[in-house]
Amino acid sequence: MGEVIVITSGKGGVGKTTTTANIGTALALMGKKVVLIDTDIGLRNLDVVMGLENRIVYDLVDVVEGFCRTKQALIKDKRYEGLFLLPAAQTRDKTAVKPEQMIKLCNELQEEFDYILIDCPAGIEQGFKNAIAGAARAIVVTTPEVSAVRDADRIIGLLEAHELRNPRLLVNRVRADMVKRGDMMSIDDIIDILAVDLIGVIPEDEKIVISTNRGEPAVTDAKSSAGKAYRDIARRISGEEIPIMDVETDEGFMIKVKKLFGLKTT
Amino acid sequence: MLLDLSRLLGKSRNSKNIAKERLKLVLIHDRANVSPQFLDMVKSEIIKVISNYMDIDEEALDIQLTRTKSEDGNSVVPALVANIPIKSVKKSGR
Repeated sequence: MGEVIVITSGKGGVGKTTTTANIGTALALMGKKVVLIDTDIGLRNLDVVMGLENRIVYDLVDVVEGFCRTKQALIKDKRYEGLFLLPAAQTRDKTAVKPEQMIKLCNELQEEFDYILIDCPAGIEQGFKNAIAGAARAIVVTTPEVSAVRDADRIIGLLEAHELRNPRLLVNRVRADMVKRGDMMSIDDIIDILAVDLIGVIPEDEKIVISTNRGEPAVTDAKSSAGKAYRDIARRISGEEIPIMDVETDEGFMIKVKKLFGLKTT
Repeated sequence: MLLDLSRLLGKSRNSKNIAKERLKLVLIHDRANVSPQFLDMVKSEIIKVISNYMDIDEEALDIQLTRTKSEDGNSVVPALVANIPIKSVKKSGR
């Protein structure tokens, strides 16, 4: 039986879609069978982030309305073995899908896939309710800003109310230099406020913009620091114990070397 | 004056501390989903009960709704946290 994980945030623009694309691709690169579902009906974007926008025939609404079989709507990503996308409909709205239909769809997909990742729309209305309906686990994405943390707090409360206990937090777009000079909340600050467990920290990385421009997730770029952080998260999801990269200290090479030899660094 | 002093101590000069403080305050009300009046009512009731047994600093009493890990550590539960500075314990209360 596969695992259904919803990626949500409340606030828009914090990186839900980028996160879904990167974790999904990373899991596929680990040899898992993965399907990504875009539930942002009317504002779909996971297709362009994945670079699969030209291959859409059927969508999520076609599937739940029985207009096509589930298999027909799944777009196979030819670059990465075992990775599939179920795109959202673009010309309908959130009410075109009901939570019961999402539960049924997730149950069906669980038979065949190791991971079903659901990209949740921003907001707390129908689209959010659809996205979380079939999920057993949740990843809450936030950034170190008051607005995003506030919305994450609200989402965590709503997830609990919908029996999705113990959501894991992903802090995106962390800038080590700003944290260091005290102009950005640190991971500890955010954890202290939200009181949830961390699944990973993604450093701000301009390679994300470049990879999105190309439609190739950053996890495939060995040089991308965000890509590395996403690969680590994928391994944590699969049950491996990977220490969380300390993006905040941003230590220079010599300090690391000195630490390695147990020398004083102060 | 007070503000300047804390600035000198370097505590709230950083914008992240300002962010943290503002967030904590706004979340109290978000989480409670109740009016500040509600918390004031709870506060005055608590003062009334505790005052039967000890002298407390009513001005410094701080009460907030927050979240904490449940005892089994598997979920997050709401918690009412009250910080009540005690001046002295009344003899009759012992």
